[in-house]
Amino acid sequence: MNILNILEEIEKVDGEIYERLSPRRNAMKDFFNMGKKISLAALPLAMGSMFQKAYGQTNPSSVTDVLNFALALEYLEFNFYDRALSVANSTYIPTGAPRNAITTIRDHEKAHVALFRGALKIATTDAPAYTYADYDFTAGGAFGDVDTNYSTFLKVALAFEDTGVRAFKGQATILKGMPVLTTALQVHSVEARHASHIRQMVSANVVGASGLKPWIAYTPNGNDTGVAGVNDSYKGEENTKQAGIEIIGINGFAGVTQTIAAESFDETLMGSDVKKIANLFIKTANKKFPVT
Amino acid sequence: MKYSKTKLKFVTYISAKLSKKPLNIKKMKNNELQNLDEPKETSFANKTLGRRSFLQFAGASAAGVALLAAGCSKDRGDLSMPTMGGATLDFKDDFGVLNYAYALEQLEAAFYIKVASALPSAFTTQQKAYFQDIQFHELAHREFFKNALGTAAIGSLEVDFSSIDFTSASSVLAASMAFEDLGVAAYNGAGVRIKTDAYLTLAGKIVSVEARHAAYIRDQISNGSFADLGTLSALGSDNANALDGALTPDKVLAIAGKYIKTKINVINL
Repeated sequence: MNILNILEEIEKVDGEIYERLSPRRNAMKDFFNMGKKISLAALPLAMGSMFQKAYGQTNPSSVTDVLNFALALEYLEFNFYDRALSVANSTYIPTGAPRNAITTIRDHEKAHVALFRGALKIATTDAPAYTYADYDFTAGGAFGDVDTNYSTFLKVALAFEDTGVRAFKGQATILKGMPVLTTALQVHSVEARHASHIRQMVSANVVGASGLKPWIAYTPNGNDTGVAGVNDSYKGEENTKQAGIEIIGINGFAGVTQTIAAESFDETLMGSDVKKIANLFIKTANKKFPVT
Repeated sequence: MKYSKTKLKFVTYISAKLSKKPLNIKKMKNNELQNLDEPKETSFANKTLGRRSFLQFAGASAAGVALLAAGCSKDRGDLSMPTMGGATLDFKDDFGVLNYAYALEQLEAAFYIKVASALPSAFTTQQKAYFQDIQFHELAHREFFKNALGTAAIGSLEVDFSSIDFTSASSVLAASMAFEDLGVAAYNGAGVRIKTDAYLTLAGKIVSVEARHAAYIRDQISNGSFADLGTLSALGSDNANALDGALTPDKVLAIAGKYIKTKINVINL
């Protein structure tokens, strides 16, 4: 992260950024000097407080909405994996590679929760907005054995990760041109890496899913997972036309088949659709998933 | 180098124009170039004129044009000369960013086409099938950008993969991983430059597929390394915050340049 670049970018939009940050431009040096002393992990927080001072508010409301939305998604994923890893059941998530992979993913979601809390200026001492008790990962019984059956766990994980990728993508335009977009994109591609790996785990372990690819293949309704009940997570993935350009057989390349065309572009998911999916897994009526 | 008649005519025209007085982008009217006796049969000439017309159109704001003129009059002069074989990425607008993506997709597609033309014998059946898939994904990305950019597209890049042993599975996997991780960092780092919603969304639609590739390939090298962010710090990752790589175009091109023979000029970055 190059803070000078970020400030220069903002300066293009807001010519008075340096004045806002400090009445005297020279005072900025204090911040840069401080930056050398604080750890990289603490930098987003330090930056956050700097911008808060500059604009007298946390973020533009649309940005706050996106951050809250992202945080709610990360809470959902974190609690799901954290619970799964805490369940004492030797046949559930096998030790070795599977457990290691789920631990890696859980740790990433945990870091993302902390990241978005920091961006929203939520104090580390504040209680989490969502805990495991707020969720129903059986989705009202549709995945009834999610706590005991490795295959069911993987199916839900699959839907969460593919949905997460689409959800972040759907928010990108709200953050257009802002430094926070880069951070959001860096989270987005980590989720896509998770999705790719979970897909390989599903392919190796779920009966009937051996053909599942790391990328989302073409099916008429977009859902290539064979998992009933997650159609909403894949709605629109069957699309093969981008910016008005048909990808199938593009420029005479016969190898770009219908499934290649669908696979080569992931699709976005509207905030309202993400909410619909996420709320299936949230049981507390007064903690509805934020929409943006 | 021998020029065709039409090309020569164009070159002569440009040279004459340059010798009389330097091109002044600011003072050009929107239709001036369209009225010229432009040689329509050479794609090179058309491309140059197409880009010029576009720049005039896009650079409608005086500040934008002034910045362009101040920042790169030298490079701009080079572009109008028949220095064949070079490609200019002008980051002053979205076309520059899209051409940058087009350049990277050209590189990736060329690499996987070479891989798929003679897959390493040690590859499993599934690896062979998935590398065919990846080849066509990258090819689809490349062709998409080519069509989306139209006359504003840069030409075809010449690549150099002589440092890669295409018969060795481990060598192919290592190179694939490097390309995919770099591709992800490139899109992540370039997103903030995109000014048009539709293009930003498109970049997002592509980068997650590149990340899926990266994770799959990493798992082939070492299962579980799909998101080993601690190894990607040179690409701008932040392991403590679980953030993937993100690099600015100049840094990406410095790394990718090893595999690209065509000279790439970067302006207005």
